[in-house]
Parts: sequence; structure tokens; C-alpha cells
Amino acid sequence: MTARELESHGIATVIIGSGFDIVEKCGVPRYLHNDIPLGNPLGHPYSATEQYESVASALELIEQALVPTIRFGKVKWNEGEAWRANYMAITDANREALRLAGIENRRSRLEQIEKGEKR
Amino acid sequence: MDLVICEAIKKDRENYLLKEDLPVPREYEIEGGLEYEPVKYIEKTRSYYEAQGFDRAYKWSDNSAIPWHQLSKPLSECNVTFVVTAVPDGTIPKLSRQGGSFALDEIPETFRTDELSWDKQATHTRDRESYIPMVALQQLAAAGIIGSVSARYHFVPTEYSQSNTLNSDAPAIRDACITDEVDIAILVPL
Repeated sequence: MTARELESHGIATVIIGSGFDIVEKCGVPRYLHNDIPLGNPLGHPYSATEQYESVASALELIEQALVPTIRFGKVKWNEGEAWRANYMAITDANREALRLAGIENRRSRLEQIEKGEKR
Repeated sequence: MDLVICEAIKKDRENYLLKEDLPVPREYEIEGGLEYEPVKYIEKTRSYYEAQGFDRAYKWSDNSAIPWHQLSKPLSECNVTFVVTAVPDGTIPKLSRQGGSFALDEIPETFRTDELSWDKQATHTRDRESYIPMVALQQLAAAGIIGSVSARYHFVPTEYSQSNTLNSDAPAIRDACITDEVDIAILVPL
């Protein structure tokens, strides 16, 4: 949404991220997608090369794209593919914990709101 | 987007016939390929919050038209900034955080990320540069590939309320970018 606001006011934007469906649905002009777990959109922690290449590639996209474009980045997750299924997985083992976490989450939000800790 | 229209716009831009910043229908050109289908985060998030007993599903931003601004000068002359969702001042309570602009030369060594949704099982955020593109941009500026890195970077909180982002955070960042004469913004959501 911020990219759309900037782009509408004459600032060229590019997103670098890992949440393909979320960014695609929002409708942004240019998106470099690194298909790795959420948390390190620019590349592996401590891989300065991957991080530099992601940023350079995103800038290249700004220079080259003439219509809305999604570019798949070159960063690969070499630690296996289990993360794809594991992230936010709901199993019999965590179902009850999730239910309780939801109750706690709502209680804590309410508490923050009551304390005036909100916009 | 109708492919014919898409091709027509592209051709006109190539030939410098289309200079206005016209919004275009949401249809993407895809560059490169993937080995696996991308994770369906929208579906996963919906189920996850359902399991937590939330009765209203989160509504993701969904737009059928895409704003477009074609860069009018070479990268080597552009002033570049970045916008992040990692939290520069973690002392502000989550629900009170607002979008803002911060001096690059006072950038914190670590940003607060623990309250954001990311894959805490598969990875970590101890390396700031894996989600903050500062050093990479400084290297690109030193190499003359971009003109400069803007003196301020920007934070936009991940908000449940789309209207806070649309009506408050994004316009504040827009105004700061205009003041700072920013040509390009790289947005890095965690």
C-alpha cells in the first residue's frame, strides 16, 4: 500500500520480499521475489553477496521494466524445503496451544487498548 | 490485464510515446522461474487465525489497478531510500506504532522483529542486512551505480487496519520522500 502511494506521487518503487501471494494481490508495480522463508527477504543472514545482488537486481528492475513485473530472485534456500509445510502448520499437537494463544492474544490486545497504548 | 493492452503500453513506453504515469490493470510480466510453487501465505494465515479463535478473517489489500511511474533519469543520478517493516524503536508499544522517517546515520544496530510474523523456526533476524538494505545501497552508491542513498529511511508498521496505512502512514512517508527529493524507494517487508 505504501509502494502504491509513493508510485502515485512520482517515486518509482520496487518491493523485495518473500510473500508472493500477498504482494501479488496488493498490486505493486515491481516485485523481486526471493522464494525463501519469511524473515530474510534480501538473502541469507550474513550473506552480503546475496543481499547485494538482491538490491542490485531490484534496482535493475526499476530501470528495465515497462509494465508491472515480478522477477524471481536467485537466492535459494539450501537448508531443505520442510519450511514450506512447517510454517503456520496446524497439527493435533499444537491445536490446543493455538486456541489458548488466541485467547491470550485477545486479552493482551484489550489490555493495551485499555491502557491507552493504541493509535 | 488484457495482453494486447499490456503489449501496447510496453511498446509505447519503449518508443517513448507514453510518458504519463498511467495506472495499469493488475497483470504481471514474470521474469525467471521457480522450482516450487510459492507458499500460500494468505490461506495459511487464514487457517492459523481461525485456529486461534479469531472469527473475522483478515482482509488483505486487493487492487485491480497498479499505479506506475517510469523513471525519467539514469539510476546513477537517482536518490534512493528504503522503507521497512522491522521496528526501529521497539520501546513503543505495538498498537501505538506509526509510520515515520529516521536519520540513516542513526540507524540502530538491531531492529525489533519478534512481534512480526516471520518464520522463526527456519531462520533468524540477527543479521540486520538480511532485511535492511543499507550496506548494499551504500556500496551501490560508492560504485556509482546509484546517485546517492537518501539521508532518511522509513518505517511502516504492519497494521491490522488498512486505513491507518492508507490514510496516515503511507502519506507521511510520501511527504518525507518528496521533501528528501527521493527518486526511488525500495520496500522490504519482513
